[in-house]
Amino acid sequence: MAYRVFAMQQPSQRPRWWWWLFVAALAAFFITMPLHLELFVILEMSRFFGLAMLALSMGFLWGFGGVLSFGQTAFFGLGGYGYTVLALNTGATTGSVFFAIAFGMAGAAVLGYFMIYGRISEIYLSVTTLVFTLILEKGVRATSGDQYVIGTVRLNGQNGIPTVPQLKVPWNPSVELDINGFFYVGATLLVLVYLGLRLLLTTQFGRVIVGLRENERRTELLGYDTRRYKLGAFVLAGGVAGLGGAFYAMSIPLAHPEMFSLGRAADVIMWVLVGGKSTLIGPIAGVFAIEHFKGWLGTQGVGQVTLVLGAVLIVFVLVFQQGLLPTVGMLPEVWRDRRQVWRRILALPRTVAAVDWGVDELALLLVRRLARLIPGSASRSGRGRT
Amino acid sequence: MSEREIILETRALEKRFGGVRAIAGVDFRLARGELRCLIGPNGAGKSTFFKMLTAQLRPSAGQIVFDGHDITRAQAHRISRHGIGIKNQVPDVYDGITVHENLWLAARYRHGPRAAQAKIDEILSRLELVAIADTIVGELAHGQRQWVEFGMVTVLEPQVILLDEPTAGMTIEETNRTAALIKEVNQTTTIVVVEHDMQFIRQIARTVTVFHQGKILAEDTMENIQRNQTVRDVYLGKSGGA
Ligand SMILES: Nc1ncnc2c1ncn2[C@@H]1O[C@H](COP(=O)(O)OP(=O)(O)OP(=O)(O)O)[C@@H](O)[C@H]1O
Ligand SMILES: [Mg+2]
Repeated sequence: MAYRVFAMQQPSQRPRWWWWLFVAALAAFFITMPLHLELFVILEMSRFFGLAMLALSMGFLWGFGGVLSFGQTAFFGLGGYGYTVLALNTGATTGSVFFAIAFGMAGAAVLGYFMIYGRISEIYLSVTTLVFTLILEKGVRATSGDQYVIGTVRLNGQNGIPTVPQLKVPWNPSVELDINGFFYVGATLLVLVYLGLRLLLTTQFGRVIVGLRENERRTELLGYDTRRYKLGAFVLAGGVAGLGGAFYAMSIPLAHPEMFSLGRAADVIMWVLVGGKSTLIGPIAGVFAIEHFKGWLGTQGVGQVTLVLGAVLIVFVLVFQQGLLPTVGMLPEVWRDRRQVWRRILALPRTVAAVDWGVDELALLLVRRLARLIPGSASRSGRGRT
Repeated sequence: MSEREIILETRALEKRFGGVRAIAGVDFRLARGELRCLIGPNGAGKSTFFKMLTAQLRPSAGQIVFDGHDITRAQAHRISRHGIGIKNQVPDVYDGITVHENLWLAARYRHGPRAAQAKIDEILSRLELVAIADTIVGELAHGQRQWVEFGMVTVLEPQVILLDEPTAGMTIEETNRTAALIKEVNQTTTIVVVEHDMQFIRQIARTVTVFHQGKILAEDTMENIQRNQTVRDVYLGKSGGA
């Protein structure tokens, strides 16, 4: 069962020529898309770009830093609302995109500081991030009254802000980008974010982040102030999610409380798990595969889309634990261990029953823990694990 | 011993786990340049003692002074910066990444990029790990993982190295090599070794400190310790570690 964490290369190594070739091919693929695809596909793809950045922000934290944040949607939503409100007030769209990034980072810095410097344990960090995004959702949903106005913009509560300004040409702010232009900007940003994160992994910062995932105590015993690195990674991921949020809000176009929601947070887990978190391309592939699959299920008249997706998720968690892309890379190993794989597939019905029962238990436990979390610091984790 | 500079000292150090006093008032003094062995039956508190020295556990009472600094309440990364390196009892390495990357993370903390690579090359050949530099550490045998950790600690070039059972799970041959390595590193660094393997202790020991039930039972040369009746009783009464 101990499949090697699949990656064609160690993340710390400088990417080889074939990786650059792959990135170039990806970019070329995106560039040619508007030439032969229908308009609605282009619109759909533009929407995926924002979601892919959200997936990347979680995949980077989880897959490389070992930080399981269920609430990257918080910074995604902050980015979406931050962009919308500022752009509506000022009319400056390019600057507002930068603001969305900064806003996501600021949110992550505040939340991250208290979690990481408070040394709460991993499980509490996960729960806290989720709670944070849900609180934001509740907060935004409650802003339907007339008094909730920022500058000239009404926040609109449940309904969201539908008048998200379209991106303008940065060097010619009087011209709005057309659909293809918007698509190109999204594709470029996604490729750049991917490229940036991948190259970051080869720097000392990135390598220490991987060290955190592998063994936080050892990293600290080597002399690294692990809290600073962890917070750094968290803030960076917040910025990526913020950018994704701004872009997503423009693409639908709507800044909506749904961006913060539990459903959205669950989507992110799904993308990252199915795509695979041991590479950075995995989460991106996860978004395109799952979202496309969802759309397809819809057109096939499958009523229970969520149910089908849940089944897919369970199969991935139980059988392809590394995710889609890494599994393709590991096929030889999987073949070698095929008996194991079969055994796990055959154990599925039993597991589903257990999961069903377990979910109830878990929910109960979570509620109890949350109740304990609120009054005090009973959750502080000692560092003396043996 | 009082002639030489004391680099590490604990005063009335204590650690309680609930009602258990795992360390019950330890006054420990270590001179610069020493190669000290720490022995004692299972549960004597040796690992707990090491963990307090490196802030993996907080002392319940007492004081730790290292190189003139009070480090009783310091953070773990600060202690590493002051110059204490530790190899824990359970191998504490990065299992999911390569041998080279493990050593790099250690070396790069202390040295610039170029010097770090030079240090890594040096330690790889010293530990005879060159051939497996690109292997994932989790796939290595127990003994080799211990060496990787030993390498990580030494490239940090600390002033004091604490080794908690460095030969556990090693063949006799590997144990002998570890003894030689420890002696070699000791030429520049103060070392404290916790071990159960008396054969190994005899190879390297100068001063031996015996822990028992959270206290220092005896401290002497290896010959005298072996003759010490109380120490023999403690060992025979327990599992007979000799
Ligand atoms: N985290 C902990 N919580 C509670 N008790 C602990 C903890 N760590 C150690 N102890 C107890 O403290 C005592 C000392 O343990 P320690 O691991 O320091 O012994 P040791 O001398 O290193 O033994 P060994 O030779 O087996 O490694 C033991 O009785 C142990 O059960
Ligand atoms: Mg021990």
